[in-house]
Amino acid sequence: MFVRTALLVLRKDVAIELKSREILYTTLLFALSCVLIFSIAFVKQGEPLEDAAAGILWIAIEFAGTLALGRTFERERYAETLRALLLAPSSRAAIYVGKVLGILALLAVVEVLLVPLVALLFHAPLFSAPLLLVGLLATGTVGFGAVGALFAAMLVRARSRDVMLPILLYPITIPVMIAGVRGTAALLQDPPDAATVTMWIAILAAFDVVFVTLSLWTFEPVMTE
Amino acid sequence: MRKAFMPLLIVVAVLLAYAPVMIAQGAFEQSMGLVSKIMYFHAPSGMVMLVSAIVCGVASALYLWRKNPAMDRLAMASAELTVLFGVLVIGTGPLWAKKAWGIWWDWEPRLTMTVVGWLIAVSYLFVRKYAGPGSDKLGAALAVFGTANVPFIYLSVNIWRTLHPKTTVVPTLPPGMRGPFWFCALTLFLLYLVLLTARIHLERQQNALDELYLALED
Repeated sequence: MFVRTALLVLRKDVAIELKSREILYTTLLFALSCVLIFSIAFVKQGEPLEDAAAGILWIAIEFAGTLALGRTFERERYAETLRALLLAPSSRAAIYVGKVLGILALLAVVEVLLVPLVALLFHAPLFSAPLLLVGLLATGTVGFGAVGALFAAMLVRARSRDVMLPILLYPITIPVMIAGVRGTAALLQDPPDAATVTMWIAILAAFDVVFVTLSLWTFEPVMTE
Repeated sequence: MRKAFMPLLIVVAVLLAYAPVMIAQGAFEQSMGLVSKIMYFHAPSGMVMLVSAIVCGVASALYLWRKNPAMDRLAMASAELTVLFGVLVIGTGPLWAKKAWGIWWDWEPRLTMTVVGWLIAVSYLFVRKYAGPGSDKLGAALAVFGTANVPFIYLSVNIWRTLHPKTTVVPTLPPGMRGPFWFCALTLFLLYLVLLTARIHLERQQNALDELYLALED
């Protein structure tokens, strides 16, 4: 039942998104312009700053993710569909998981665009160890998406929610960002420092466990009026 | 706590006034010289900051699940004190670091995690002030997440090799420094309690005033 509800929420979000493709396109364009601006700022005469690629990849993911989170829940606020969802006789946690899955799917698409773009513009050998890169991106995105979906959902009813989302989300997800950036920087070394990358993936996984548990735990009381 | 406030306030005032004497009497550390005296306020402020963050998180969790308004007031007061003691820690640290490490600041794990914890407390206050209706629950959830950060702050020096002294420093202080250190720790903890009591009382009166206004309008 739990899994079915979560998948239903995910299917609903995907169906709406496939119809308009609004959030997907705006997020992709935002991520693209973000990386372009960074490449103008940090690539001089074809030579990027050392380790810039790792930081910029994660900053772009975090910024684009914040934008997508805000838009996703803005859509739910419109016509009070979030209230309808919460009124449904199903587990709140399942609804939360469905929303998180939607965000993760969206961010995965964004990352598919971002990774080659950063690799190209910053001459970064991101594909030297593809499995480790996928591990870093997956664990990092889960940590960010889990907290992000919780806070974006809570902010639906709050005043000045556009400003509040980054103010809340960034301090909490700084540890995830640090682990992601450091892990990617280790990956970009020649040859890739697999031991260090695996350590950061383990740390990210630990953050994921803490964040997902806390989010599942707090979603119910926080969304109850 | 209200009846204990005045005696507690007097005790804290006396202890604070006597603290410099205690610190001056502490064993003189040769390698660091006078700068080592910062430790007597820096480390206890850090302890109080972490305790305050935990109090804020636990009170917020209780508020979320038990809906006890007293817990909300406690969380609010504790968050403000987390910010205050955080400023003390982050302010006194660089004064010592400049002498010990040769730099004011370094983004090593302990310092980074402390700043993150402090930022979370600041954003809690922002939410409470600007997020409007429902901000109490929003803040409570944020505080619960912030508390998850506390063990990382405490253990960061033991997990990673960092510049910052490890947690084993305090239990292994030389005998001449132990007395003044725990004296200062006690002083700052009592100071925290006094400020907490005063802040909760203020918050309670504010809530009562709000209710009176509402009753008047009805």
